Amino acid sequence: MAAQDHEWILRFGDDALVLAQRLSEWCSHGPALEEDIALSNIALDLLGQARALLTLAGQREGRGRDEDALAYFRTDREYRNALLVELPNGHFGDTIVRQMLFDQFAVLRYEALANQTVDRELAAIASKALKEVRYHAAHSAQWVVRLGDGTEESHQRAQASLDVLWSYTAELFEDDAVSQACSDAGVMPLNAGFEASWTAQVEAILSEATLSCPESSALHTGGRNGRHTEHLSYMLAEMQVLPRTYPGAAW
Amino acid sequence: MVSDRIAQVERILNGVMDPELPFLTITELGMIQGCEMDDDGTIVIKLTPTYSGCPATDAIQEDITSALQPIEPKFRIDIVHAPAWTTDWISTEAREKMRQHGIAPPEGTSADKAFLLGKAQTVPCPRCASEDTRLVSPFGSTACKAHFQCNACAEPFDHFKCF
Repeated sequence: MAAQDHEWILRFGDDALVLAQRLSEWCSHGPALEEDIALSNIALDLLGQARALLTLAGQREGRGRDEDALAYFRTDREYRNALLVELPNGHFGDTIVRQMLFDQFAVLRYEALANQTVDRELAAIASKALKEVRYHAAHSAQWVVRLGDGTEESHQRAQASLDVLWSYTAELFEDDAVSQACSDAGVMPLNAGFEASWTAQVEAILSEATLSCPESSALHTGGRNGRHTEHLSYMLAEMQVLPRTYPGAAW
Repeated sequence: MVSDRIAQVERILNGVMDPELPFLTITELGMIQGCEMDDDGTIVIKLTPTYSGCPATDAIQEDITSALQPIEPKFRIDIVHAPAWTTDWISTEAREKMRQHGIAPPEGTSADKAFLLGKAQTVPCPRCASEDTRLVSPFGSTACKAHFQCNACAEPFDHFKCF
C-alpha cells in the first residue's frame, strides 16, 4: 500500500515540534536579552506550526489521535523528525548555525507546500508558516554572517559548528517511499528537488560569513524512519513526563 | 432570523478585546474572517491567528465563548489558516490607536517585504515622531512585535511588524 498523507505531514510537524522544544531550552539562558527573546519567539512560531500540522496529521490518520496524543504519547522510535533538529543546542553558535541550515530548508519546503492545490488544508498551514520561517531565516542568516565574519574566536567556533552540523544536512534531501508517495500525489517535489536551491542559498550566506563549506563526509540519517540519536530520548523524557504521569492533567 | 443572529454575534465580537493589545478589538486587528450559518443552524465564527504560535489565540477563543454563551445557544469557532493573516487587515483607526499607546504601527503593506528581508525601513517614533530610530531586535515582547529605540528622544518602543 502506498504511503498515506498523514505520514508525510507527521514529518513536517515533527521537525517543527522537536526544534521548538530545543529552542525553548534557551529561554532565560540566551547570551543577551534580545536574543533570548528571539529564540523563544522562534520556538513559539515553530510550536504553533507543529500544533497545526500534528492536528492535521491526526485527523488524516483517522485513529482519533489529536496533537497532544501525537506529541506526548509517541516514543522516540515513532518520531519522524530529521536528526539535525534534535541535536543538543551546544553553544549559541551551534544553535544559530543549525537554525540557518534548517530555516533555509524550511522556507523551500513551505513554499512548495503553500503553492500546491492538492491538499488545501496543508497549503493553508504552510502559507502562514512560510511568512514566519522567512523571518527566522533572515535572522539566523544575519547571525551566521556576524559570527563568521566577526572575531577570530567567533569565526573559529562558527566554522567548527558548521563542520559538525553539515554531516546532518544530507538527510533533509533523502527520499523514500513516503516522500515518493507525497511527490506522486502532487503535494511536494521529492526532497532531492530542494537541494540545489538550498545549497546555493547556504553557500551565499557562508561566503558572506567568510566560512568555508565543508566537504561532504560521514552522513547521519535515520530520523525519518524513527532511528534517532540518544538525544531525542532524553528530550522526549522531559517533554512527556507530565502528561504520561498524569494523563489528562489540566491546570 | 438568520441574519439577526449573525448580526448580534458580530456586534458582540466587535467588543472582544485582544488580550495583548487590550485597547484594540479582535475585529480591528483583522482576526475575524467572517461569521456564517452552517446547515444545522450553528453560527460558525472564523478566527484567524496572527502568528501560528500566538498564545493569545487560546485566550481569545475563551473570551469569545464567554461573551457569546449568554445570548447565542449554537455557535462554534473554527480556526482558519488561509488566507494567512496579514497586517494589511489592521484598520487605519487601529493603527492610530497603537500609536497613541506607544506602539509604532506597521508601516506600508506586507507586499513591501522590506522588513521580512532584513532591509532598512523607517519606523517613526510613536512618542516624538522622529524618523531617526533604530532596530534593537527583530523580535519583541510578543510574536507580532519588534523592538526599536528612538535616537532623537531615546524612547525604547515596540513596533508592530509589517507581516
